[in-house]
Amino acid sequence: MLSFQKISLIMFFLMMASYGYAQEQTSFDFSLKLSAEDRFFFNQGLYEGQERNFLSLAVQPEYSIKWRNEKYLLKMNLFGRYDQFDARRTHADIRELYWRLADNSHELSIGVKQVFWGVTESAHIVNVINQIDIIESFDGEEKLGQPMVHYSYQTRAGTFEAFYMPYFRRPTYPGEPGRLRTPFVINDEMIAFESSKGTRRTDLAFRWSHYIGKFDFGISHFYGTSRQPLLNSLENFRPVFALVNQTGIDVQATTGPMLWKLEWIYNFNEIKDYAALAAGFEYTFGNIDGKGLDIGVLSEYLFDSRDELTLTSLQNDFFVGTRLGFNNTQDSQVLAGAILDVDHGTALVSVEASQRIKESWKIELEGRFFSNTSDDEFVYFIRRDSFLRLAISRYF
Amino acid sequence: MKKNAVLSLLLFLSNVFAIAQSAEDRGLEIAQKAVEADKGFESSKVSLKMILANKHGQESERFLENQTLELHDDGDKSLIIFHSPKDVEGTATLTFTHKLTSDDQWLYLPAVKRVKRISSDNKSGPFMGSEFAYEDLSSQEVEKYRYKFLREDNINGIKTYVVERYPNDPKSGYTKQIVWYHQENFRIEKTEYYDRKGALMKTLSFNNYKQYLNKHWRAGELVMENHLSGKKTRLIFENYKFKTGLKDQDFSQNSLARAGK
Repeated sequence: MLSFQKISLIMFFLMMASYGYAQEQTSFDFSLKLSAEDRFFFNQGLYEGQERNFLSLAVQPEYSIKWRNEKYLLKMNLFGRYDQFDARRTHADIRELYWRLADNSHELSIGVKQVFWGVTESAHIVNVINQIDIIESFDGEEKLGQPMVHYSYQTRAGTFEAFYMPYFRRPTYPGEPGRLRTPFVINDEMIAFESSKGTRRTDLAFRWSHYIGKFDFGISHFYGTSRQPLLNSLENFRPVFALVNQTGIDVQATTGPMLWKLEWIYNFNEIKDYAALAAGFEYTFGNIDGKGLDIGVLSEYLFDSRDELTLTSLQNDFFVGTRLGFNNTQDSQVLAGAILDVDHGTALVSVEASQRIKESWKIELEGRFFSNTSDDEFVYFIRRDSFLRLAISRYF
Repeated sequence: MKKNAVLSLLLFLSNVFAIAQSAEDRGLEIAQKAVEADKGFESSKVSLKMILANKHGQESERFLENQTLELHDDGDKSLIIFHSPKDVEGTATLTFTHKLTSDDQWLYLPAVKRVKRISSDNKSGPFMGSEFAYEDLSSQEVEKYRYKFLREDNINGIKTYVVERYPNDPKSGYTKQIVWYHQENFRIEKTEYYDRKGALMKTLSFNNYKQYLNKHWRAGELVMENHLSGKKTRLIFENYKFKTGLKDQDFSQNSLARAGK
């Protein structure tokens, strides 16, 4: 049986071998991102052994080779972080490592890839292919690489895609010194799978996506081990990765400065079937000062029919936010928003800001603030974990 | 007597009208000839260097790539790929221009592998922090403006037709533009942009023209000067290729993601 590591190793050697096999019309691209980061938590942790201030370093090299007029591609994108205290957050991942053939309307990829589906901003319920890199990103925007065979066929009636995924990526949860965690540390042994094959079960997914005039839409189906765990109960926290059939729909209508967005899923599983919805709009007041300042106003409603047996805490919530784009040479941006729970009054306020410095530096600020956390929700476990993150990156 | 006065007034008015009409017709005709003169390149690829200068003359550079597919019944399709600054490397945009309706536009974000449909309404905003607005760089379809011929002029020893054009789209950042067309080959030598208040805002100069395939004139350098901010952006075009074999399916959301990183 091939493990994730072995598949990756084979891909790596294939890539090296192809380097020697380089032909005419071959292009190489190498880039590197180095980051230093500090995460500061305003309060002492709720649980013993938790730290307050974490320094860390991250490295992300990317390498690609395209040949035969970009018909073939080999790509490698690796990630590693060293964390001062949390050995779990000191981690490495293969974000991407794949071979791709693109021939007219056909596209075939084999290897480790990242896939994004969906349209909304505050939650990504339709996007189910990749496991979230939980220790890396609070908002779930960072994903673990997923081994797959991915075939895509582009027609006049849209794009049809099929995914064959032979391996499940287990999430890594924070260690004892880490924050944003449950009262006890979740070890690999505590993770349960519904499938007797565990991480070796083959998952399948299909998607049809298309665009007609103002509308962009997709219909997708996933069959396999859910990337998101279900909880048996809040007292005995033990994540269970169930076998699910999940159908998703995502639609965006682009009408002038207004974008209407909708994502909906229905999930069939042995524990409890559920539906979830994320729907809202984004309106942009463009160039309001004549110097390029864009102000966007976003609002989304989030619904999930599972009650507390979810890690998402987004059962009946409103998201309101604003996006500022300065369109200046430093590319300054701010995204600020709040997710408010309608039933319990829990609020999560977020601020993300970034700006380029000179040609190849970037500074990023992230703040997450929990307030009024209800003990009926998962966020109650992390109610004292409001934090600020400051990262400085150098690009090569 | 009275009758005659009315008649002559009518005659006079119709004359004025005829002259006005002909200035508009002539303006339109020149714009159409300019499009006609460039027909048949099928597709093109070009590398761009963008040099941004602030009012103190401090410069920063960006590198990008542009692919265009020529269409006749509808506006052109284009793909822009950003190679630098490094933090946005691999970002790409796909635009389907339309002659009468709003353009369709998608953005590819390489960090999250996301293709996002974006609003094309914000055309007056700056492109990558430069002095070019999105609308300055989008496909210049004849139908996007109304025209009026002004005069003939000599600039840099070149005989030109001077045409005023008014954007049809109310979301344009301009009330009018004045365009200097070369009298023989109808390439544009200079454009002046007038803002919402009617004041001269920017001047675009076209330098180092070269002819490709014995037909298509392309400037090697565009210089956009903003008279209000004192900032300047230079666009340098390198390695122009025409009839590249690019097809319609090379301008899809899939190819957008492939072109990015």
